[in-house]
Order: sequence, then structure tokens, then C-alpha cells
Amino acid sequence: MTDTIIEVRNLTREYQMGAELVRALRGVDMSIYRNEYVAIMGPSGSGKSTLMNMIGCLDTPTEGEYWLNGLEVSTMGDDALARVRNREIGFVFQTFNLLPRASALHNVELPLIYAGVSGRTRREHASGALSRVGLSDRVDHRPNELSGGQRQRVAIARALVNEPSILLADEPTGNLDSTTSEEIMTVFEELHAQGQTIIMVTHEADIAAHAHRVITLRDGRVHSDTKKAA
Amino acid sequence: MPFREAFRLAFQVIWTQKMKSSFSAIGVFIGVMFLIAVVSVLEGINKYMTENVVETFMGVNTFQLRQRPDFVGEDVPREQWNEWRRRPRITYEDADAVIQGIRSVPVTYAWVSYTGQDLEVEGRRVQGVQITAATEGYFDVKGYKMADGRPFTAQEVQNGQPVAVLGHELADRLFDGRNAVGEELRLRGIPYRIVGVVESQGNVFGASLDKFVIAPALSPIKRIANPPRVIDAMFVKARTLEELEVAREEAEAVMRSRRQLRPGDENNFELETSEGALDFWANINRVLMTALPLLVGIALVVGGIVIMNIMLMAVAERTREIGIRKSLGARRRDILRQFLVESASLAALGAGMGILAGLGGAALVSATTPLPASVAPWSIPTAVGLGAGVGIMAGLYPASRAARLDPVEAIRHE
Ligand SMILES: Nc1ncnc2c1ncn2[C@@H]1O[C@H](COP(=O)(O)OP(=O)(O)O)[C@@H](O)[C@H]1O
Ligand SMILES: [Mg+2]
Repeated sequence: MTDTIIEVRNLTREYQMGAELVRALRGVDMSIYRNEYVAIMGPSGSGKSTLMNMIGCLDTPTEGEYWLNGLEVSTMGDDALARVRNREIGFVFQTFNLLPRASALHNVELPLIYAGVSGRTRREHASGALSRVGLSDRVDHRPNELSGGQRQRVAIARALVNEPSILLADEPTGNLDSTTSEEIMTVFEELHAQGQTIIMVTHEADIAAHAHRVITLRDGRVHSDTKKAA
Repeated sequence: MPFREAFRLAFQVIWTQKMKSSFSAIGVFIGVMFLIAVVSVLEGINKYMTENVVETFMGVNTFQLRQRPDFVGEDVPREQWNEWRRRPRITYEDADAVIQGIRSVPVTYAWVSYTGQDLEVEGRRVQGVQITAATEGYFDVKGYKMADGRPFTAQEVQNGQPVAVLGHELADRLFDGRNAVGEELRLRGIPYRIVGVVESQGNVFGASLDKFVIAPALSPIKRIANPPRVIDAMFVKARTLEELEVAREEAEAVMRSRRQLRPGDENNFELETSEGALDFWANINRVLMTALPLLVGIALVVGGIVIMNIMLMAVAERTREIGIRKSLGARRRDILRQFLVESASLAALGAGMGILAGLGGAALVSATTPLPASVAPWSIPTAVGLGAGVGIMAGLYPASRAARLDPVEAIRHE
């Protein structure tokens, strides 16, 4: 029996743009199970980022249900969502989104600060996460002193530091060259091998090829959902 | 986020943006500096007034019997002035009767009449010299010690001898440092012989207390100072405040009966003590203390507006940071706290610097001007509280805007 981590039913997200109603998601249904490695693909504007933001609790649906670990997230208030983001979700962005003035270590410490972890424990966990992504020798560096690949690895360490149930990545290699992209994919594979559930948005087939299941969106709907033969 | 983190973060931001931080704290800085400096100077003057000036002018444990008060505050109504002017003057007979009437406690006393003149000796001119026509007790009442020569005697007062005692600075200036004792001086055309010079009394707010001539009350100058048998005041000095009060009550009873006042009638004479003189200062003090909050208030409001604008700019500039923090689990209250602590710290820092500068300013004022300065202990916590209050008020709106930002939009913000 496989555990369901994410259960999404009829997920809809509409944006009012002046007089026009933009329907970014038009009723998405899907389930994601523990220790899956899922790639979400689709043309630009098909709703991939909107879906990821929804799953990452950064945004709430206009309609539909979203269950995370058996809890209905779609009805939660602001503070509860913040807590879910902090404890259950690790988010990796295309543009890294590190705080430019803070060291790698401090960047990784941030989720722990909001979790209320204090002092030494916090630093220990943060440097542990940095060594998991092979950056133990860069803890005191600021983002502008790191290469793109290293920045993304800091972001991954930050996403992992609270041991979330899912790692979400929206085009994590979008700003990286192909060699560095492969490095990041290696990190993802190691994490997956250690039991981490991963959902990753990409529009590059060779990146998606690392995943074990590929969901394709088109016009805000699930177009296809294929599992690789094990 | 715990407060400790919020403070660490705030100081990190303030430190990395020193220029902007100092600019934004400047309003609070000025307000607080002003508060501290002005209050310190006022407090200093206050202390000085109570401890030195009033005693200098009024004498310790002394009351004055006068036609009307000498020290009056601002805003005396016209009717009051008229009432004062209509009162009978104090006569030799009044003064004698009062001294006869004070029986229960020992006192010393002096009759005093004032006039003024520009004096000139061998081309050296001193303007606006106070000439005091007094009885021999004046030296004792005022606590004057002689630098040279001697005070005049009861005998000389009785005989109306033209002898004079000079204040120190006046003697120096008129006689160019020579010993003035034995020299002659013309008071209103009448030649007076100088018998003594009083030790220097220093100055008050830069004005010398040594520009005086004292002459016997019954000497020829009396005709210029007052109508016949009239004096400006009688000074009565007791040994203690308690005895002074007894003497004052006896003097009041004598004067009321001499003026044939019925119970319930107001006194038509003045028995002025140093408290009266202090009231005069208290009035000035009150006016200044009323204006002060206004000035400080304006500076703080302006300071608050500056901080609010800087914080709004900070929120706009750091929109992306706020989005990132929210995506990592920061709740609204975490963001709110972060920005509130930052603006409060900014203001508190401004207040802290303002306190130092205000203290420095007060020290400078007391070093370079005759105004004394003394730090009022209450002004420091008040300044800190005001500063932090302004910071929190000014931060409230920007911080709540930051806290309400939508994480997705904030992260996309460039
Ligand atoms: N904040 C927004 N306001 C209005 N329209 C939006 C907003 N965010 C996304 N959209 C629209 O929703 C659709 C899906 O966008 P997105 O999820 O970013 O697509 P993808 O990530 O697959 O390229 C697009 O048409 C986009 O223009
Ligand atoms: Mg996208």
C-alpha cells in the first residue's frame, strides 16, 4: 500500500485581469505518493507554476480541494498555510531566491528561524543540510560569491533543512548550463534515493527524463500522466 | 520569529545601510536632542534660580515690606496694576512700627530706597548704576563682606552723612583698580566720601551683581530716591524660616492695624518672601515648559513621517525578500514584527544619539554661556520612550503592508 501525500481534486485557479478572466488551472485532478519523483511538463503558460504555487501553499485555489498528508489545505487560513510551508514543503525556484546579503548558512537557517529552532541546533542543522548538497566549505559565502549551481544547491539545502514531506522545484535548472543542470539532477537523484518525494517542473525533456513519472499540462488541465517502467 | 532574531536582523540592516539609517533617524534625533538640551538648560536655570539668584536678590530667611510686589510674572491684569498703584507707600513710621511690633523673634532689618544714575570719575563712565539708600542693617541682611574699608555706621545713617560703599566691579572700573576707599564720588551732584568696597558677588546670567552704590538712608540722596519719609522697602531677616514666618505674621498684624483694615479686607501692602520671587520664575518656567512639548512634538512628528517614508521604501525595496521569507514559513506577525522592530530600533538609535547630542549641547551651553545646565533625570527615559513610540507608530503602517503582501507576487517582484 502506497501513502498518498498529495490529493488534488478539480483544482481551479482564475485570475481577474481587468475585464478579462484568465483561467490558469481549469480543474486538475491528481494524486502524488510518498517517495515519488514526478516531473510536470507542458508548454509555457499551461499552468505549471500556478499548480506548483498551489501545491506549495503559496497560493490558494479559486475552486477545488487540495489535501496534503490527509489535511485539507484549501480551506486553511494564512497562519496555518505559513506553518505548512515551513514544515511540509521545501520549495526550489528557478531564480534561486536567496537573500543576497545573507551568508549561505544564514539563508539555510531561515526556515529554522520561522520554525522556532534556536541557536546552536539551528546552525548544526543548517550546516548539515549544506554538507548534504556538498557545500560544507561555502557556509560563509554570500550568494554573489557563489556560482549558479552552488546557489541552487544552497536553495536546495534550505528547502531540505526542515525535512519537508515534499520537495517542490519550479524549473530548477532553468537558469543553469547543461553541466550544472546535470549536477543538480544528480543531487535530486541522491535525495530521491534517500526517500525524498520530489515534484519538479521543467520543459526540458532530458531533465524530465530523470523523473519516474511525467505529468503533462495543457491549457490548465492534465493532458497526460505516464509512469516510467521501473 | 523571536524578538532576538528580529533585533539582530534590524541592526544588521541598519548597519549595512548606515547612510540611509542615519538620514531616517534624523528627525527623532533632532527632537530628542532638543528635548534633552532645552530641558537641561531649563532645569539648570531652575536650580540656579532657587539656589543662587533668589537668595541674591531676596536674601536668605528674609521678607520685604513693600507697597507692591517686586517680582511679578507675565500677564498681570490692568486692574491689579491699578490696585497696586493706589496703595499707600511705606513710610518711616510704618517701618518703625513694624520693627517695634516684631517681639517674639530676633530680627535684623534695613530700610531700602532705590535710584539709579550713570557715574563718572575722571572720564571713566559706568552706566546704569543702582544707588541704594539703606540703613546700616543692610550689610547684615544681604550678607555682604567688605573687600576694603568698612560699612557705614548707625551714627552715619542717623546724621545723614554723605558716605558711600561701592560694589567691587564698580569700584574697579571707576577708579581703574586703585583703592577707592577715601576717594570722592558725586551722587546726583552731591559729593560722597567712599568708606568701603564690598566683596565681589559674581554675576547672574552674565549681568554683574557688583554695579551698586550703597549710601545711608538719611543722607542727601534720599530726596532723589523717594518723597519725604517714604521708602521703597524694608528688609527683615530672621534666623530661620520658622522664625521668619512668626516675624511676618507680627508684621502683617501691625500693618493691618496701621492701615485700619477690617477682617476680610485684602492687605494693601506686600510682604514678599523668596517664595514670591520663585513664583515669578515659576511663571517663566511654565511658559517655556508649555512651548517645549510643542517644539519637540513637531520634530518628532516630522521624524515619524520621515521614518514612515523610509520604511515604506524599505518595504518596496525588500518586497522580494518578504516573499522569500513568507515562502519559507514566515507568518504575517513575523514580518510585522521584523519591520516594527526595525523602525523602532531606528528611532531608538536616533533617540540615543539625540540624548548624547542633547547632553553635549547642554554641556556646551553651560560652558560657553552664563546659562547653567543640569540634566533632568526624567528627560532621558522620556526621550527614549518618545523615540521608540514614534518608531513603532511610524512603522505600523509600512509593516502591516509588508505583512499583507501576497507571497507569489512578492517573490516575482523585481
Ligand atoms: N498573477 C497572475 N495574474 C494574471 N494572470 C496570471 C498570473 N499568474 C499566471 N497567470 C496566467 O496564468 C497562466 C498560467 O501561468 P503559469 O502557471 O505561470 O504558466 P507556466 O508556469 O506553465 O508557464 C498564464 O496564462 C499566465 O499568464
Ligand atoms: Mg512557470
